[in-house]
Amino acid sequence: MSLILHSKKDTLIVRVLGDLDLVSADEIREKIDNSLEETRAQNLLLDLSKITFMDSSGLGVILGRYRQIKEGRGQMIIYGIKPSLKKILEISGIMSLMPVCNTEKEAWELLDEKSVKEA
Amino acid sequence: MDKIVNNKIKLEFLSKGENVALARITVAAFVSQLEITLSELEEIKVAVSEAVSNAILHGYQNKPDEIVTIKGILKGYTLVLEIIDQGVGILDIEKAMEPAYSTDPERTGLGFVFMQSFMDEVKVESQVNHGTKVVLVKKISTDLKNTAVS
Repeated sequence: MSLILHSKKDTLIVRVLGDLDLVSADEIREKIDNSLEETRAQNLLLDLSKITFMDSSGLGVILGRYRQIKEGRGQMIIYGIKPSLKKILEISGIMSLMPVCNTEKEAWELLDEKSVKEA
Repeated sequence: MDKIVNNKIKLEFLSKGENVALARITVAAFVSQLEITLSELEEIKVAVSEAVSNAILHGYQNKPDEIVTIKGILKGYTLVLEIIDQGVGILDIEKAMEPAYSTDPERTGLGFVFMQSFMDEVKVESQVNHGTKVVLVKKISTDLKNTAVS
């Protein structure tokens, strides 16, 4: 598992590469949380397109970050969901809880829309 | 001609998080002797991951030097898996299987929900202070085989 993190304005963009399970969940959680603190980002865009496997431990990481971002009145958007991940995301209810986009471009457009609405 | 598969495996490993991937990949390789769809394979991998994660996290409460055992049987198009730990056991199995039972905000409590959604049968036998056995049964669809014939 590895992570690519970068920030732009008040948004942190995270791409997870590899398996998101019990063993990688803690590391991913810690790295995202540290990065959110360092960059003081309010919003989080999470790219799931390079995830090779995910179970409920991985969903816990997504859900935990969502709660945190919402507490800070920010927006969290997930994108790039492969067919193999769709079922567990649907069963978990995450897809009805937070916005889901196909690409990063769409996620930025949605984020801009939401910022305008809330301004 | 249909290939009749009858096979068995037994896998024992330490209760370390690193072995969760080993467990699901081994079971995936075992069941791949059948003509199985990628979607079914993914579902089995998630169910195994959940059962083994539960054994490590809850059964052995993260103690890394205990033994988790997986027994697998393939009989025709049916896969039967037993995931066994000798950990603390479950006091109330029904409650443990409820969605979102977990009190940790970082955990979804969906482990058993996924096992039940992705497998045809899920049975849990547990005795407090003696351990837990989770039995997962999956009937592999013969769609691929039928497609090949037609």
